[in-house]
Amino acid sequence: MPETQLRQKLLFLYLGNSSLESEVVGWSYYDGTTDEMFEAAGEDAEPPYNSVLDAMRDGWRVIQVPFIKAPQVGREYENDYLDFEFVLEKMEVIDG
Amino acid sequence: MDKNLLLTSVEMAQFASTGFLRFDNLVPRELCEAAHEEMSTGKIRRRAPMGSPFSESWPDEAIGKVFRLPKVAAIIHSLVGPNPRYDHHAAHLTPANTRKGANLHQDAEYDIRDLHFDIQISFFPEDTPLESGGTLFVPGTQFRRVHEAEIKRYQNIIGQVQAICDAGTMFFWHTNIWHSARSNFTDRDRYMFKLRLNPTVRQQRLWNTDDLDSPEVIQKLNQKIPWHGQRHRIELMNRIKFWRFLTGDPTFDMALWWGRVENTPDVIVQGG
Repeated sequence: MPETQLRQKLLFLYLGNSSLESEVVGWSYYDGTTDEMFEAAGEDAEPPYNSVLDAMRDGWRVIQVPFIKAPQVGREYENDYLDFEFVLEKMEVIDG
Repeated sequence: MDKNLLLTSVEMAQFASTGFLRFDNLVPRELCEAAHEEMSTGKIRRRAPMGSPFSESWPDEAIGKVFRLPKVAAIIHSLVGPNPRYDHHAAHLTPANTRKGANLHQDAEYDIRDLHFDIQISFFPEDTPLESGGTLFVPGTQFRRVHEAEIKRYQNIIGQVQAICDAGTMFFWHTNIWHSARSNFTDRDRYMFKLRLNPTVRQQRLWNTDDLDSPEVIQKLNQKIPWHGQRHRIELMNRIKFWRFLTGDPTFDMALWWGRVENTPDVIVQGG
């Protein structure tokens, strides 16, 4: 007998600012419902959504918002990782 | 060195902003074929000791001729000066029908130099269409301090540039640029020859500076890279600092970005 199970899809959206309406500047997708391997989209790729809010309107649940913090003293002019990483999920029923 | 073959100030400003320069069809096809033959048959064995003068590398091989082409040598000179040091090389092979997955990374988190920099050169000896998975570069990442492959989670960044090019194309890049080899969906092995060089002189005005005052230089330095978002202004300040280093002009500025924060007057006026 096949067993119905829930599986998770994660969408990482990197925004240009802290507002959920800010433009998407990067994205990653991890799909727990399939064994298929991810391929980067290439230079002409368009992000799946324009903002986190757009993704929410399409059924994605926000499960993490980035912490906003001041730069460390002495590191005010240092940049490193992408700043505004939002994690979104969708749960999908699959036949196990 | 023929001055006319050196990079221009506009090209250097582009390098300062995006962290890499692309030159198509730099290497004649016949020489590409000879270099490719050396790579695919494992003949590039003469490995100069790390830290030796680059001029001593591969005196007889086709790959040596590639890097001694006048235009290629002039671009190298413009970025790291005369007599650069050989660091290392790799004939990166992505076999036919190889899936790479996500592998964005920065090569050298241990290199914490503030302004001095090494270059890496990516040479594509064969035509590299989209499906063969040439290197993906992310413009404007050269001032980002991250820990090598810890950025692997990032799969796509707006404005990323993939090497989709003819044989003989080269990318000259600041070693801090984020990059990633892509999957090869073709039935043909793909090679990318990577070479890292170190400067042995101060990297100051090594290019053709005749156009240093061109308005296009400022346009290049001011360009907005979309993925920088709210960080654009800090990126701009780092770019100005880098241009000061490259030109040897500690007063260079645009729109008072540094002039404002460096302005800490100590003149005391009587009677306030």
